[in-house]
Amino acid sequence: MDSIIESFSRALYLILHLDRELLGIIVLSLRVSGTALLAATLIGLPFSALLGFKKFPLRGLIISMLNTFMGLPPVVVGLFVYLLLSRSGPFGFLALLYTPTAMIIAQTILAFPIVASLSHSAIVSVDPIIRQASMTLGATPFQISLNVISEARYGIMSAVMAGFGRVMAEVGAILIVGGNIAGFTRVMTTTIALETDKGNFELALALGIILLSISLLINAALHSIQRKGMVANR
Amino acid sequence: MCLVVFTSLSASAAEIICASTTSTENSGLFGYILPMFEKKTGIKVKVVARGTGAAIEMGKRGDADVAFVHAKEQELKAVEEGFFVNRHDVMYNDFVLVGPTDDPAKIKGTKTVADAFKKISAGSLFVSRGDNSGTNTKELSIWKKAGIEPKGQKWYLEVGQGMEKTQRIADEKRAYTLTDRGTWLATKDKDKLAMAIVLEGDPVMFNQYGVMAVNPEKHKHVKSKEAMEFINWLISKEGQQAIASFKYSHGNPLFIPNAK
Repeated sequence: MDSIIESFSRALYLILHLDRELLGIIVLSLRVSGTALLAATLIGLPFSALLGFKKFPLRGLIISMLNTFMGLPPVVVGLFVYLLLSRSGPFGFLALLYTPTAMIIAQTILAFPIVASLSHSAIVSVDPIIRQASMTLGATPFQISLNVISEARYGIMSAVMAGFGRVMAEVGAILIVGGNIAGFTRVMTTTIALETDKGNFELALALGIILLSISLLINAALHSIQRKGMVANR
Repeated sequence: MCLVVFTSLSASAAEIICASTTSTENSGLFGYILPMFEKKTGIKVKVVARGTGAAIEMGKRGDADVAFVHAKEQELKAVEEGFFVNRHDVMYNDFVLVGPTDDPAKIKGTKTVADAFKKISAGSLFVSRGDNSGTNTKELSIWKKAGIEPKGQKWYLEVGQGMEKTQRIADEKRAYTLTDRGTWLATKDKDKLAMAIVLEGDPVMFNQYGVMAVNPEKHKHVKSKEAMEFINWLISKEGQQAIASFKYSHGNPLFIPNAK
C-alpha cells in the first residue's frame, strides 16, 4: 500500500517538476499515437463508408475480418512490421526500423480495424429515413453518403476515441519496432515497461498515473464536444 | 587544432545503433560511458537492449551497426559465419549462483557449479531466464556439464524475462537462479531480495563481454567507420578506464576491463 501512495505523490511531483526528458517522452507518445490515429481515421473512415454504402462480393467476410483484427495482439503486429522494415526485409532500404515512423506504422495497423469497424457500425445504424429523405430531395450518391456520415458523427467519434485508447495504452508493438531508445523512441508505455524491469515500481506506477491523466484530459475534451453537439442537435 | 575542429564537425551528425543486452543496459553502464564517447567523437550511440541471442540476430539482419554482448562462443560463431568483423574482448564480470538466504538445498561449500546444479535438481526450484540470453546460454552449458536435462522438469521454471525480473521471480518462489554479478550488486538491495550468493568463483562462471561490428560486406548501409571508432574507443586506454571507473553506489566496480 505504501508503494501506491508513494507512487501518487511521486506522480504529482513529476507533473509539478516536469523535466525536459519526461516532457520529451510525453510529447513523443502523443505525436506517435496521435499521428497513428489520424492515419487510421483517414484510411478507416472512407473504408467504413464504402462498406456501409456499397454492396460488393466478400463484403461480409471483410467485416468479419475487421472485427477479428480489432483484437490483434500488438506483439504480433510489432513482429510483422519488424520483419517488413528490417534491413533484411522487403522495406529495409527505407531505413525506418527503430524510428518513430516505424512506431506510427505499427500503431496505425492496430488502430485501423477499431476505427473502421466501429465507424461502420455507426454508419449502418443511422435511421434509413435520412437516406430516403436525401434521395427524395435529389441528392447525389456522394451527398447522401455525406448526410449519413454526418448523422453518424458521434458514433464515429466514439470509434476514434476507442482507437486512441488502444494506441496510447499499447506497448508490445512499439517496443519491438521502436527499440525503446532513450531520447529517440522511448515513449510513456515503454518507459513504464523499462522502469518495471529495473524494479523502479513507484516511478513506473507514477508514470502510469500521468499517462492515464493525459488520456483522461483528452477523452474529457472529446466527450464535451460530443455532448455539446448532441444537445445542439435536439 | 584544425584537425580537432574538423573531426568534431564531420562526426557531429553521426549515430550508430548498438545491439546490446539487458544486463549491460540495466546496470547503468551505458548511461555512464556513452556520454564520454559522444563528447569525444560526436557519435551518438543508440542502444537497443535485448537478450544476447536477439542482439546478435539484430546484427545479422543488419538492424544494428555494432553488437555488445556476452556469449563468446555465439559471437565467434557469428564472426566465423561472416556476419560480424573486428570482435574484441572488452570487459568481464562473473556469474554467481544465488538462492534463498537460508540455502535449503545446502549449496554453500559446494566446489563446482555443476555439482550445485545437481543438488538443486534434487528437490529445490530453479528459475531460468529461458530467453537465449548470454546468461541463459551459460546456464544451459552448466546443466549439460552436470548431465541433467532441465527442460520440462517440474522444478525448472523458464520465465523468459530479463535478469532483474528473473531474480525477483526467484525471490518470490524461493528458488535458485544464475545471475551476473553486475546485475546482482546493482539490484539486490533495491529489490529487497531475501537471497544471497551461495556459490561463486568457479572458473566456469566467468562472463566475458565482447564487442563486434556488423560486417559492411554483408550489409552495405551499416555505419562501419563510426562502429569501428566506437570499438576502438572501448578497447583504448581511455575507454577501459571509463569502464573501470563505473561503480555502483556501494563502490563496487561492476565490470573489470580486459581488452587486449
